[in-house]
Amino acid sequence: MIQEFKKVWKQYTIGMLWLLGLLWPLLGIHPDGTMTFQTTFTVWTYILAGSFVCLVIYVTKVSGALKFFADPISRGLGNIKTTSTALPTWVWLAAGLIVALIYPQFAGRYGTDVAISVLLYICLGLGLNVVVGLAGMLDLGYIAFYGVGAYTYAILNTTYGLGFWVCLPMAAFFACVAGCIVGYPTLRMRGDYLAIVTLGFGEIIRIILNNWMELTNGPNGILGVKSIGIFLPVFENGFTFEHFWMKKLQLFYYFALGLAIVAAICVHRLNFSRVGRAWESIREDETAAELMGVNTFIYKLLAYAMGAIFAGLAGAFFAARMRFVSPESFTFLESAMVLCMVVLGGMGSIPGIILGVAALIALPEVFRQFESYRMLIFGATMVIMMLFRPAGLIPAKRVGTRSEEKEG
Amino acid sequence: MEYFIQQLINGITLGGMYALIALGYTMVYGVIQLINFAHGEFFAAGGYVGAIALGYFSGIGYMDSHPVICLTASFAMAMAYCAYLAIGVEKIAYKPLRKESRLAALLSALGMSIFLSNGMMLTQGVYDKVYPSELFQGRFDFGMVTISYLQIMIVSLTACLLIGLNLLVFRTKIGMAMRATAQDKTMSALVAIGSNRIISLTFAIGAGLAAAAGIMYGLYYGSVRYDMGFVPGIKAFAAAVLGGIGNITGAMIGGLIIGMVEIFGAGYISGEYKDVFAFIILIAVLYFKPNGIMGENIDDTRV
Repeated sequence: MIQEFKKVWKQYTIGMLWLLGLLWPLLGIHPDGTMTFQTTFTVWTYILAGSFVCLVIYVTKVSGALKFFADPISRGLGNIKTTSTALPTWVWLAAGLIVALIYPQFAGRYGTDVAISVLLYICLGLGLNVVVGLAGMLDLGYIAFYGVGAYTYAILNTTYGLGFWVCLPMAAFFACVAGCIVGYPTLRMRGDYLAIVTLGFGEIIRIILNNWMELTNGPNGILGVKSIGIFLPVFENGFTFEHFWMKKLQLFYYFALGLAIVAAICVHRLNFSRVGRAWESIREDETAAELMGVNTFIYKLLAYAMGAIFAGLAGAFFAARMRFVSPESFTFLESAMVLCMVVLGGMGSIPGIILGVAALIALPEVFRQFESYRMLIFGATMVIMMLFRPAGLIPAKRVGTRSEEKEG
Repeated sequence: MEYFIQQLINGITLGGMYALIALGYTMVYGVIQLINFAHGEFFAAGGYVGAIALGYFSGIGYMDSHPVICLTASFAMAMAYCAYLAIGVEKIAYKPLRKESRLAALLSALGMSIFLSNGMMLTQGVYDKVYPSELFQGRFDFGMVTISYLQIMIVSLTACLLIGLNLLVFRTKIGMAMRATAQDKTMSALVAIGSNRIISLTFAIGAGLAAAAGIMYGLYYGSVRYDMGFVPGIKAFAAAVLGGIGNITGAMIGGLIIGMVEIFGAGYISGEYKDVFAFIILIAVLYFKPNGIMGENIDDTRV
């Protein structure tokens, strides 16, 4: 253990002194021409104590002193892993589905509310996964399609009085059109040029939403969007259908669950289809894919359109649930969040994305009591996660079966 | 015509600041192929340290007697602070990820950006931090056109920094080492160039330039905010891409173009959509010249 400690103490000391030097100008120099050291030193001591505990735990783990404690845990995890691979997949899926179905009966109002956000972001994450994970195009403006979907429903509903079920396909359609508009000029670009152009498009759409007063009511947003109307069978005077507005949170939950499940199934099927293979080949090597006869132009455009459709559906649902839309909800930070969910969970893997979404939505909620430190912890966690698991929580297995695997 | 010249001068002022920020993006990208999303936060941190230093100097009363020395000292402090910050950030958040996929490093950069801007918010408060406004009050009047001393100061300082950087990169041994590292890390290691030190140096220089831009921004607009790094950061990144990412001359030209487009768009078409014009120009240029105006200096690499 001493050996291990010798390896890191120098870096640790330098790092902490670096931090002290960084903190002092911010906390210690005052505009009235005085310099103090007390506050800086107090803050620094807290950080020092906290990080030292982490360091000790890390060193003991590396040196193997925690074996008596960690071994049973890792063995247990290994057992779970073997059981999970031994059981067929549908058992896990069914268990997950049952848990998801009965969840709102046990969770309170707040828990259900958080769960709806999680399901909505799963839908978004899966859509972005098509673009980033499958087709390998970095999209930093993805949230714009979500915004297009939400505004489509809000405008059609408040101006023309159209219902949710009519608007849902239209939201998907308009988002799809927006995806094609963004996709078309960007298809010639690769890598980081694509990233900045999608970011630019995302910002353009947000600024238009913010400034086009006649259509979108500008930064004030659109109020009074109707909820989802549903027909339920009523048996009082014979058999009739009665129309009423969804108000209960649980109904929203089940609707979001349905949306997320549909999205998951779609992405799973796409992944293993001819289209999915074409996307994968484009991701791995675009030039080679083109030489093998993959029409890269059509498939890249299709990836954009598919991703945008999922975002548009989620957006329409978001507008119906919040009953209010404003450009504030569609900033770059949201795009970055969705991208984080996808990459943190593991690009291209559906369970990974679900886990990533749950982690990133739940984490800020858990730290809600440390209100102002919330985002600080969030940022730090993101860096630390990437340092320890750069491929994501559940890395994707390679898609499809390869000929050598079949033979073996 | 006067209006046009006035807008041109404003555009050069703003464009110079964008160019200074864009250089950091382009240099870091050139060396390790990473979009450093935390770069906008270096810019904001520079603005904050400048505000703190200027506030301190005016607090002890040096500001009235020796304004030039105080301003120089503030610039030096902010640039040194940001260089120091950037080296640390690079060591913590990017260096361990150099061998991993580029998306992992990108997300680490995003996390760092959120962390730094919230750290600034916690230490400096949520509200705008006001710059001492009595500096550089005077101005020249040429008929309708006015040029404030502040604008002259900003433009001349920007020009000095840009020329200095060009000399550093293209005329000195260190610059040669930087260019060699950008082209091929293995080969440059074989001729005894320590790539780690060069990468740290690149981060430090880029952050120092961004910090200078941060103080200029604070002086020009009168205040700084903890989240101010974001929008100029994106625009500067757009400028870097516009000029051809990894290309230093390109970043300077791209920054000027983005600044001009923004000012002229706001002046002649519509102030509300000024951010849109910058991006539309970016998209239009990239549509016809996918490698930027000056072309990129490095091989095509995928995400």
